[in-house]
Amino acid sequence: MDQHPNENIISEVTNKEYEYGFVTDIETDFVPKGLNEDIIRLISKKKEEPEWLLEFRLKAFRHWQTLKQPNWAHLDLPEIDYQDIIYYAAPRKRQEKQSLDEVDPELLATFDKLGISLDEQKKLSGVAVDAVMDSTSVKTTFQETLSKHGVIFMSFSEAVKQHPDLVKKYLGKVVPYTDNFFAALNSAVFSDGSFCYIPKGVRCPLELSTYFRINAANTGQFERTLIVADEGAYVSYMEGCTAPQRDENQLHAAIVEIIAETDAEVKYSTVQNWYPGDKDGKGGVYNLVTKRGLCRGDRSKISWTQVETGSAITWKYPGCVLLGDNSVGEFYSVAVTNNYQQADTGTKMIHLGKNTRSTIISKGISAGHSQNGYRGLVRVAAKAENARNYSQCDSLLLGDQCGAHTWPYVECGNDSSILEHEATTSKISEDQLFYCQQRGIPTEKAIGLIVNGYAKDVLNKLPMEFAVEAQKLLSITLEGSVG
Amino acid sequence: MLLNIKNLHVSIGGKEILKGLNLGVNAGEVHAIMGPNGTGKSTLAAAITGRDGYEITEGEIWYKGKNIVGMSPEDRANEGIFLSFQYPVEIPGVSIQNFMRTAVNSKREYQGLAPMSTIEFMKLMKEKQAMVEITEKLQNRFVNVGYSGGEKKKNEIFQMAMLEPSLAILDETDSGLDIDALRIVAHGVNQLHNAENAFVVITHYQRLLDYIVPDFVHVMYDGRIVKTGGKNLALELEEKGYEWIKEL
Repeated sequence: MDQHPNENIISEVTNKEYEYGFVTDIETDFVPKGLNEDIIRLISKKKEEPEWLLEFRLKAFRHWQTLKQPNWAHLDLPEIDYQDIIYYAAPRKRQEKQSLDEVDPELLATFDKLGISLDEQKKLSGVAVDAVMDSTSVKTTFQETLSKHGVIFMSFSEAVKQHPDLVKKYLGKVVPYTDNFFAALNSAVFSDGSFCYIPKGVRCPLELSTYFRINAANTGQFERTLIVADEGAYVSYMEGCTAPQRDENQLHAAIVEIIAETDAEVKYSTVQNWYPGDKDGKGGVYNLVTKRGLCRGDRSKISWTQVETGSAITWKYPGCVLLGDNSVGEFYSVAVTNNYQQADTGTKMIHLGKNTRSTIISKGISAGHSQNGYRGLVRVAAKAENARNYSQCDSLLLGDQCGAHTWPYVECGNDSSILEHEATTSKISEDQLFYCQQRGIPTEKAIGLIVNGYAKDVLNKLPMEFAVEAQKLLSITLEGSVG
Repeated sequence: MLLNIKNLHVSIGGKEILKGLNLGVNAGEVHAIMGPNGTGKSTLAAAITGRDGYEITEGEIWYKGKNIVGMSPEDRANEGIFLSFQYPVEIPGVSIQNFMRTAVNSKREYQGLAPMSTIEFMKLMKEKQAMVEITEKLQNRFVNVGYSGGEKKKNEIFQMAMLEPSLAILDETDSGLDIDALRIVAHGVNQLHNAENAFVVITHYQRLLDYIVPDFVHVMYDGRIVKTGGKNLALELEEKGYEWIKEL
């Protein structure tokens, strides 16, 4: 009886190596370190951008210079030296004549190793992938199949060239560069990401997916994703990410904007697995992300599902602005923190239209010395008659060195609305573990089983292709050696 | 001998609960362990199954020719020791099917066998459900969540059938059961019992022993077995109560 039984579990839980921590040795094209207007002009030039986009960047940059890094989150986020970061890094193309289909074998091998095959023959059927390494898109698969249906799915840079009007029409309309410090930064220096447009009445025949990979050292990743579902359109979109294991922290400040027109529906799923740092809290990615969807049309629907297991620090609040009458917003989240990871994540549901509905289900899991917080805002505007919100925020603690926090904000401006909030905090009990062990299930597997059971409501919302990976990831993040 | 416990001393948080217990169980036998509350019956079950926090200060637990003191609970389980819990534990979000599949495959992994295919596993579930007369409805529900007392105990017996233990310990399996549930549980146990395995049935009351007939009845008091007899000893206890054993 010299040790509390839970202490053994926690020490076992903290030893798993990050699986995706390798570095690809590839020639990379960098811009010089630091951030100023010349750097922004250089990035824009490298990407052969039109004048209006450079203007957008410069305006954002000038605005950003007036802002201070926010410190309201429950995070121990150090002052970042923004002049000590490289803002653009791209795997160098071997030959200038390279066609779209020709990808450096080294890059293909990298994505293969990550479990993302860019070979359409081998690729899991039903999913089109845009693969992004550092600041550029490597390849987008199944473009031909998609274009038959009028679906545009390509890297952001490519979209700027091929569909400038669409990009111009929607860029920054949901997340303006004035939104916050990191959104302004992203708007100034964003490199690549995905653009996706589903035309009127089209149900996208494939799952769309972007896989983000940070490779180069001392580099920030600032991608930008823009998804537009026109009237009556439907798309399911998935996002995954990993980064090498490094002692320094790396900055990732992305923006995702979604627009759903009348009767359109967008399902956005994320499995976030950036390098979380080592077990002493050294290194790891700072994941500072602004994601927002606008349900612009009546009866439109946007659904966010996220499984957050990586990053040293996570700061993100994927939200929905429910402008159209009868529009629906959903947020399903599992956030796991271990060792010294910190997460301050949640959602914003802004009810503007009549009969708008939102659902929030958040499951936080904290282990080690980590801090895990849910921060959410439900706002009902004065004109939002009969708005409904249901929020459920659960926290699960493993051990007694970690923290779980919940900050649910409600601002209600209309008496006809109904808002519900439920919250629980629990621990994996020694009884549950022993029960599993007595059935022959080893501790680590038992924790995986219990945690996956706890997160089931959210995992069920993920597309099939993601659900299995997410379940494994949850177990790996917490278990020490399973996987 | 399948199980041979020699001079077992067990403490919880520094307090000695078992004070030199001896027990021998052969394959093919059913042993009942009776005795008043707080005499260490459940502690004995915990010590045999290797629960954390039960410190063995002295003595040995020999099982299948190995002293298992220090062996992990999951290894003991995979060596064929099964405990039917007095208070089965809830695991929300985990279906019995998923739970049992993980358990069966953990055991197979321990034995160096490949995991069971889905079809094979479903067949096994069906077969065992029929054997212990447990309705299929339970199987898609989460482990013990929202079960009645009777359903929980039946589910323990179903799990026992799935894992085919060599040594099954039933800890107060009869508590909280109505007579119908008691019959179903006892029927399940009798179906599973054969010449290769043994049962240790911990109970307060003679009632269960009408259905599961023991070869030996042991009476525990103050951390030791103070009297051993045949099934008639249970009847004698029922009649005379536990007071007289304190004099032994």
